[in-house]
Amino acid sequence: MSSAPHSAPAMPAPALSQETLDRFAREIAKYPYEGRASAVMACLAIAQQQHGHVYPEHEKIIGDLLGMPTIAVHEVTTFYNMYNQQPVGKFKLNVCTNLPCQLRDGYKALHHLERKLGIGMGETTADGLFTLQQSECLGACADSPVMLVNDRTMCSFMSEDKLDQLVDGLRQAAAEEGKA
Amino acid sequence: MNAQQVLSQFAATGVQTCFHGRHISPQIYADLDGSNWRLKDYESRGGYQALKKILAADGGEGLTQDQVIATMKESALRGRGGAGFPSGLKWSFMPRQFPGQKYLVCNSDEGEPGTCKDRDIMMYNPHIVIEGMIIAAYAMGITVGYNYIHGEIFQVYERFEEALEEARAAGYLGNEILGSKHTFQLHASHGFGAYICGEETALLESLEGKKGQPRFKPPFPASFGLYGKPTTINNTETFAAVPWIIRNGGAAYLECGKPNNGGTKIFSVSGDVELPGNYEIPMGTPFTKLLELAGGVRKGRTLKAVIPGGSSSPVLPAAIMNECTMDYDSIAKAGSMLGSGALIVMDDTRCMVESLKRLSYFYMHESCGQCTPCREGTGWLWRLVDKVHRGAGQSSDMDLLNSIADNIQGRTICALGDAAAMPVRAMIKHFRHEFEAMCKKPATAQA
Ligand SMILES: NC(=O)C1=CN([C@@H]2O[C@H](COP(=O)(O)OP(=O)(O)OC[C@H]3O[C@@H](n4cnc5c(N)ncnc54)[C@H](O)[C@@H]3O)[C@@H](O)[C@H]2O)C=CC1
Ligand SMILES: Cc1cc2nc3c(=O)[nH]c(=O)nc-3n(C[C@H](O)[C@H](O)[C@H](O)COP(=O)(O)O)c2cc1C
Ligand code: SF4
Ligand code: FES
Repeated sequence: MSSAPHSAPAMPAPALSQETLDRFAREIAKYPYEGRASAVMACLAIAQQQHGHVYPEHEKIIGDLLGMPTIAVHEVTTFYNMYNQQPVGKFKLNVCTNLPCQLRDGYKALHHLERKLGIGMGETTADGLFTLQQSECLGACADSPVMLVNDRTMCSFMSEDKLDQLVDGLRQAAAEEGKA
Repeated sequence: MNAQQVLSQFAATGVQTCFHGRHISPQIYADLDGSNWRLKDYESRGGYQALKKILAADGGEGLTQDQVIATMKESALRGRGGAGFPSGLKWSFMPRQFPGQKYLVCNSDEGEPGTCKDRDIMMYNPHIVIEGMIIAAYAMGITVGYNYIHGEIFQVYERFEEALEEARAAGYLGNEILGSKHTFQLHASHGFGAYICGEETALLESLEGKKGQPRFKPPFPASFGLYGKPTTINNTETFAAVPWIIRNGGAAYLECGKPNNGGTKIFSVSGDVELPGNYEIPMGTPFTKLLELAGGVRKGRTLKAVIPGGSSSPVLPAAIMNECTMDYDSIAKAGSMLGSGALIVMDDTRCMVESLKRLSYFYMHESCGQCTPCREGTGWLWRLVDKVHRGAGQSSDMDLLNSIADNIQGRTICALGDAAAMPVRAMIKHFRHEFEAMCKKPATAQA
């Protein structure tokens, strides 16, 4: 039984790699020992980077490491928009639609992706490759339309042509990775 | 190509937003090209000279803490995070003799819709922020600092960490900086998608590893900040202005702008202009000049309105905006705020009801939920604007919107409540006819 505050998914959580644990250590070292809970944001983001979403088991591991109750870690997961509480596709696409982007084709980009991927906002393609989400200001307003991929890579000036190139390119990259 | 290579084709180059050569007397963005962000490049532009000057590492006399703060006051630098609070004054609030740990925090959580200036500073000139923070730390006797960076701009976080490594290796950060008695450790932290964490006390909560829920002020961070210790928080651009001020003097900085509004300021121009981007210009530059730098209104259309200081500032119609100069006092006099310096430009084809609806959705989505007026009010505002937008509204809904806004404004813990309320009132004040036109005729008139 997991001691996590919400029901654990059917699959047991995969292990956190040594690289991930080393990165945790680097983040923890930034803060005074009594303040080590400060590293929770970074640790959760790193765990998500390795495994796609935040597993309750990983919340527990991180909490134990930082001297925090698991529920306090879980509160952080649920408060911030970028933590995935559920599995997402291999590529999470976040298109900004806030006003400055709305004025420069933000919704057009979102709707184009909906058609191209055959899914609605908030959904994941059947092959598990893409999750599409709308997002609030990404802090790149002058580059609109903008899209953030997998929390870490900002893609700017995403015209419909470029969106097509990006989706096709990622599909191909995933297929090649599958063959290798 | 692997996935990362595919994605890297779409990365911004900064050419459109930063290296376009259309700044006026730039200080922070001067001479950048995207590749010259490293320490040695920064030094060749005169970087770290200000730090050497105050620490007397250049053979000079050095500057005392009081002298640094006096210079800052003289410069009339006002906080670039939006509230425009005089930075020198804020630094003087710091209890310098406090016996315990004190902290310095840089607010790089740039999330105000329309704003993307801090991103370009940290991406293309990260050392200017680091040098500004070291000088601030010296002036206030602080030994530990954090730069809290918007989670969405992760590449900037990585760039900043790299720059920190360079600064440590060169002896600008760490113990006994440049042979002085001054010690300063600086680290980067990041958010993960919560607008409210730009509010300074929410940022502190987040930095402590909690939900980003604002604290009551007072006490201000200067007396109760990170881990409950005295803390000074400034915006990225505020720190980035410091090295120039120390090198050239407070009076010279003040002279770049206008009285009470010293220096240059970076404006992020978005929306219906030909050349959206960041523009660093002297405070007090006419709005019409800035619009011209940004290529004018898109497709030769006519200017309808401008939101002059990020999404939380009240909208101003073209006629008023065209008379303004770009500084805190002029925009305030016109009934809005300079805020974070993000101009959202709208042309004559834009529907104000739809624009307000998108903003209202944003504030509803980002309310942290602590205060009832904000938690309930932001949702109510959005539902009403949506109703009007769908054509189901009635004239009295505008009065109701104003009344809800009145009941949020000034009644909440943090200024997000105000930020949600002010745009509503301004939109109705200046464009009520558009809202009215969308409403069905009231029931009595229909009979
Ligand atoms: N840059 C961005 O992305 C965003 C900026 N904003 C801006 O933020 C502004 C509101 O910010 P607030 O922090 O709520 O403003 P505020 O007026 O409460 O504070 C401004 C600064 O002065 C300090 N301060 C003020 N009075 C003080 C005193 N008596 N003693 C010690 N310190 C004092 C505060 O600690 C703070 O650092 C808005 O005007 C808005 O434009 C809002 C959203 C996003
Ligand atoms: C909802 C909200 C969001 C804010 N977001 C930011 C932000 O992203 N960046 C920032 O520097 N200040 C932001 N502020 C203002 C900060 O609370 C604070 O005034 C500022 O960081 C102080 O720095 P300065 O004096 O250098 O401007 C925000 C305020 C509010 C109410
Ligand atoms: S005003 Fe809104 S965002 Fe600010 S503390 Fe209250 S509920 Fe939270
Ligand atoms: S509004 Fe889209 S990135 Fe800022």
